[in-house]
Amino acid sequence: MRSVFARHTLLAVSGLAAVSAVTATLPSYWQFELARAACMLSATAGLTILMGYCGQVSAGQGAFMAVGAYTTALLLGERLSLAACLACSAATAGTLGVVVGVACARIRGPYLAGATLALALALPSVTSIGSLRPVLQAENGLTVPVNPPPSVVGLAMSITQWQALIACVATSIMLWLLANLSRSRYGRTLRAVRDEEVAATLSGIRVAQVQLLAFVVAAVSAGLAGGTLAWVTSLASPGAFGVTLSLMLIAAVVIGGLGSLMGAVWGSLLLVLVPIWASEISATFELPVTVENSLPNGVFGLTLILAVLIFPAGIQSGLARVITGCGHRVSQYFPYFVPRDSRSKR
Amino acid sequence: MSWRSRIIASVSALALALAGCAGPQADEEETTGVTETTVTIGSHLPLTGPASPGFGEIAPAAKAYFDYVNAHGGVHGRKIIYKYRDDAYDPVRTVSVVRRLVEQDKVFAIFNGIGTPTHSKVVDYLNARKVPDLIVGSGCTCWDSPTQYPYTFGYLIDYVREGKILGAYIKKTFPGARVAYLTQDDQLGRDGVRGLDKEIPAASVVSRQVYQPGNLNITPQVTAIDQAKADVIVQFGIPQYAAQLRKAQLRLDNNARLVLNITSSDEPSTLLRLLRDASPDASANSLIQGIITDGFLPLPSDTDNAWIKLFTKARDEHAPSLPVTSNLVFGMSAAYTLVQALQAAGPDLTRQSLVAAMQEGGFEGPSFAPFGYSKTSHAGVIGTRVGIIEGDSLTYQGPTMITDDGNGPVKPDNSPPHLPPKDGVPAS
Repeated sequence: MRSVFARHTLLAVSGLAAVSAVTATLPSYWQFELARAACMLSATAGLTILMGYCGQVSAGQGAFMAVGAYTTALLLGERLSLAACLACSAATAGTLGVVVGVACARIRGPYLAGATLALALALPSVTSIGSLRPVLQAENGLTVPVNPPPSVVGLAMSITQWQALIACVATSIMLWLLANLSRSRYGRTLRAVRDEEVAATLSGIRVAQVQLLAFVVAAVSAGLAGGTLAWVTSLASPGAFGVTLSLMLIAAVVIGGLGSLMGAVWGSLLLVLVPIWASEISATFELPVTVENSLPNGVFGLTLILAVLIFPAGIQSGLARVITGCGHRVSQYFPYFVPRDSRSKR
Repeated sequence: MSWRSRIIASVSALALALAGCAGPQADEEETTGVTETTVTIGSHLPLTGPASPGFGEIAPAAKAYFDYVNAHGGVHGRKIIYKYRDDAYDPVRTVSVVRRLVEQDKVFAIFNGIGTPTHSKVVDYLNARKVPDLIVGSGCTCWDSPTQYPYTFGYLIDYVREGKILGAYIKKTFPGARVAYLTQDDQLGRDGVRGLDKEIPAASVVSRQVYQPGNLNITPQVTAIDQAKADVIVQFGIPQYAAQLRKAQLRLDNNARLVLNITSSDEPSTLLRLLRDASPDASANSLIQGIITDGFLPLPSDTDNAWIKLFTKARDEHAPSLPVTSNLVFGMSAAYTLVQALQAAGPDLTRQSLVAAMQEGGFEGPSFAPFGYSKTSHAGVIGTRVGIIEGDSLTYQGPTMITDDGNGPVKPDNSPPHLPPKDGVPAS
């Protein structure tokens, strides 16, 4: 197929179909974890666009997720449909993204990371500010109502399956948008800005504008991720979106592979699977509670070290190299599957 | 369309069709976690973190009692397997551990989940999932909502009822006294004030102060109370702030009488520990003398009590490292009530039959006060006994008082205390 647009659509639909088929066969606990991974994927994919395609680091992705989560939590009780709530989540986070992005327009690299880290640190405490406290409930957080699936599908589907399906649909739409963006004119300007700002400026690209675009795109995808996650876990609380989450998201994107959206998929899977593995280890060896509580971070750190040692450019790049033979053909048709470094070598 | 696209399209069509076919197995869910020989129950509580001292002993105590019951043949031939997980009093963790218990460990019911801010985040999910959510370890009025939460049942007395009982005691014992409130700025404090205001005349309340949990400096609030010349200070909160209040009183040389609610005094020993360094010239013990509070279970210091004897025996046999505290009594009493409900649900145990048994109610156990369980109410204990701290422990004064959470009177309940069955396991 010649049309990138049609190819992405087909890929999104087939991916969604495959995942929903898998969902139906999973035990309900894994449906829940799959739903969480799908939510995380939306956030990591957005961060991949910002970090991998635009070359900027944001440690505020968790804060934008919090904005999305609280938006959905506050609106869902007001008789708005779930789809409308999630759209609002993405929009609110995007709006905040514009504000923060404009405010940070002149800083980049580690300074942008620092500024967004401040955002990630400060935003959760907004819920405790005097007049907002009764609305946002401070540390207690808000409970998001678990609405059962509509009666049309309700008979054939459990709540967890329904939640997993919705999370996958929302994330597929976001991935479809991001994939199209990355292959569009804007995607090219993003890469141009990442590789050499001066050259990009000479070519007539407005660097600040392009960087703002990438920042807002990341914020929008985080907003959607936060909204869906709040709905899936029925909770929007400051503790769920702390600094740790933001840093974990960065680590996940790096482990997965910065150069491609597929890397974000691996990253989000690890974000969900590593704590489960850690908890399995604790259960098997009957470790004390204090060890059990710190193990997930330890295992995640170990995974980061191993991934960087074995696959310096991320899991996706490593896999692509492993399957170079067939990878060559795949990359002809789906170039965004293969990271930039292995592509440029050909 | 190229051949590649055709393949992808047809595979996805097939996958979508597959996704539509699989459905849930509704009937199996009724007996999830139940076998011929076992029934698996789950719980969440803070085993680590700031809320763990005291509260962390509750589930191990309940487990010790279940082990005691198992050693005596179990319930209808089934041994109780009790899986409790740490949530560190963090709602985020609560959501994930409860999901794990229900979806992966396949527990039959959630029992005695501890904490208002934590449990309120899973109550919607548990009810949507139709998992019995029994004997919640928190006094929020939110658990008593049979239409919204048909699967949830409370245990601890709710703070509105407790406010009314403490209010009635203050009105009777200190007529005409100037009263001040210091309450936690959340559901706990607000429910407590709602109850207090039903009994204490508005004219005698001279100051109403709230504190934000998390900010330990409550000197401004206590100064305001001091300036209002209050004779009695009532607090609805947690032990940490009861200790802060006592320390601020010391600094301001304020001698108002303290009235603490059940979660605020919790156990004099917690308060004692928190007050250890309060004053160079007064021992921590002397600082808690005369504090008025309440309770609905026998006290660990009452070693002649048949229930305390039973629970000490269960502890000696199955968890000898646990201290005998009011939290141990609380955990074992809650476990006793669950065993009663399982016995009442009969040998053909289903989630429906357990909920029906809870609604039938009529459980007589260690609690002085009766339960509110019925078809129209899922309230737990509906009364308490007021007492005064003397020495190292509480001494109950007067009869058990019971009331409703509306405008009904606070009245004494003169039913005699119940005794445990001979083998310590409730009969079916």
